[in-house]
Amino acid sequence: MPIKIRSPKDLYAGLLFLFFGVLAMGMARNYPMGSAVRMGPGYFPSILGGCLTVLGMAITARSLWLVGGKIKPPVMRPLLLVLGAVFAFSFLIEAQGLLMALLALIAVSSLASWEFQFREVIFLYLLLAALSVGVFFYFLGLPFKVWPI
Amino acid sequence: MTDIFNNLSLGFSVALTMMNLFYALVGALLGTLIGVLPGIGPLATIAMLLPFTFNLPAVSALIMLAGIYYGAQYGGSTTSILVNLPGEAASVITCLDGYAMARQGRAGPALAVSALGSFFAGCSATVLIALFAPPLSELALQFSAVEYFSLMALGLVAAVVLAHGSLLKAIAMVFLGLFLGLVGADVNSGLLRFTFGIYELSDGIGVVVIAMGLFGFSEIINNLERRETRVVLHAKVQKWMPSRDDFRASWKAVLRGTTLGSFLGILPGGGAMISSFASYTLEKRLAVDPSRFGKGAIEGVAGPESANNAGAQTSFIPLLTLGIPPNAVMALMLGAMMIQGIAPGPQVMVERPELFWGVIASMWVGNLMLVVLNLPLIGIWIHLLSVPYRLLYPAILMFCCIGVYSLNHMALDVALTAVFGLLGYVFIRLDCEPAPLLLGFILGPLMEENLRRALLLSRGDPTVFFARPISLGMILLSGLLLLLIIIPAARRKREEVYRKE
Repeated sequence: MPIKIRSPKDLYAGLLFLFFGVLAMGMARNYPMGSAVRMGPGYFPSILGGCLTVLGMAITARSLWLVGGKIKPPVMRPLLLVLGAVFAFSFLIEAQGLLMALLALIAVSSLASWEFQFREVIFLYLLLAALSVGVFFYFLGLPFKVWPI
Repeated sequence: MTDIFNNLSLGFSVALTMMNLFYALVGALLGTLIGVLPGIGPLATIAMLLPFTFNLPAVSALIMLAGIYYGAQYGGSTTSILVNLPGEAASVITCLDGYAMARQGRAGPALAVSALGSFFAGCSATVLIALFAPPLSELALQFSAVEYFSLMALGLVAAVVLAHGSLLKAIAMVFLGLFLGLVGADVNSGLLRFTFGIYELSDGIGVVVIAMGLFGFSEIINNLERRETRVVLHAKVQKWMPSRDDFRASWKAVLRGTTLGSFLGILPGGGAMISSFASYTLEKRLAVDPSRFGKGAIEGVAGPESANNAGAQTSFIPLLTLGIPPNAVMALMLGAMMIQGIAPGPQVMVERPELFWGVIASMWVGNLMLVVLNLPLIGIWIHLLSVPYRLLYPAILMFCCIGVYSLNHMALDVALTAVFGLLGYVFIRLDCEPAPLLLGFILGPLMEENLRRALLLSRGDPTVFFARPISLGMILLSGLLLLLIIIPAARRKREEVYRKE
């Protein structure tokens, strides 16, 4: 009899927890366990990892008989563009400074919206860049690198 | 009794300084603002602002952050009533009758009743905190590691029970949070755990990083998937004053909502959201004619709105007296305290009375500001609602990125936040509620530390948790809570409370 997945949400959630549980247990094996009286750094994570593994298995197993909803397919455009914009910021902030990092953040993330308008985004960038340099750099005195050079 | 007056007068002397008044106002206004705007909640905002509170004195920082939480409860109702969109999760239920009232041209009374109800609830909750916090923290001062461990376990169990969705998944989320909390150098041995050799992780993952990723970024991505449809009810709000009948119908609901909310706020896992849901259910059950609900029953606005504000404020009690956060927002407040170098716990009241009572007094001041400012400012808030989301979210992202980066000036933190954003997105898709994870994350290191100490004292005997009466009581209570949820009848009830969403 073929195995039928009744709840894909539970299946993937269960596998996710299982992954973290096994990861925790596996890595904790490299740390000294100690004993209950003098717990080593591996003791508590091993317990946690064990519990997480069991829970993950239970949730995975449950997906075979408990009927659950379908997973709504992800919409790639906002997901990739928003996360990509944040990654771009983190790569640029130290190398190129705040102004460039913000340009990348705002330009890329704005593309995620269904109603992207080029002129609006330029205006938004100028406004936000001026605001953040004014507030964070001058007013709060946070030590940012502002200009690319 | 004189003690309370002395304490409160100390509190007011702190809260009424120009600077703290200013920060209370900023917090309250900001809270209202984000409460009004759908798609950004107090959790994300507090996470966003945490980094910028570094340079403030501890009292001012906490006063402002607290203002955001209860301010959001005021603001959230405005959007619910006028736009039929919850501005904030705790106002979901207000949409039902609030919007119905607005369509009947009674938006004014609905807004007024919810503001006045919230104000009454806020005042009562402040008094409750002043009355109950000192004895509770006195009790807590006698706690040893054993009691603390059991207390935290109870807190996590309650958070799981009150979370919606699958129980098993919520428990798993707590464990995942506990595990993530252990990343970084071990307190006792200094050994680096789960850092994958990344030097920047040796201090652990920041609270802000996790909270902003899980609640901020994933929320933005989710909002962008929907095309926005916002219909602001542009009928002029003319008549503000609720009629005599409105008052007669709502004062009992306000009282009941306040009582229920105050109680649910103190409970671990409680807070604003569950309070408003529970209050609505209660009002509907007690009503002579339940069919009016959903068609503009004023009790359906007055009760939940009072309850969520009461719940928001009393949830400070466990945080300030025991150092245990009852919900995710309080977990962030605890993070804020630790950033300021304050070890949360019962000793705060003794060692820093000006901080403790100052924050409490500021809540009353903040509530007063809100009720005075809220109604006249509604015009402005409505205007803000017409700012399209496509202009709003890049600005929110900017604040998030700059905020995270300025924490430690580590670019890696920003990238890590994005990773947690992805994780949060996946969790939402898989129906795993992220709030229990944050609680677990905050409590993880504390639980390990207390477990260590407890077992060291008992020479490795785990029965010590059952041998001490207070600890035994808490463990029994946790077991009872878990049992309750497994009993089908109670389980149905829990689902019923959340079904209205």
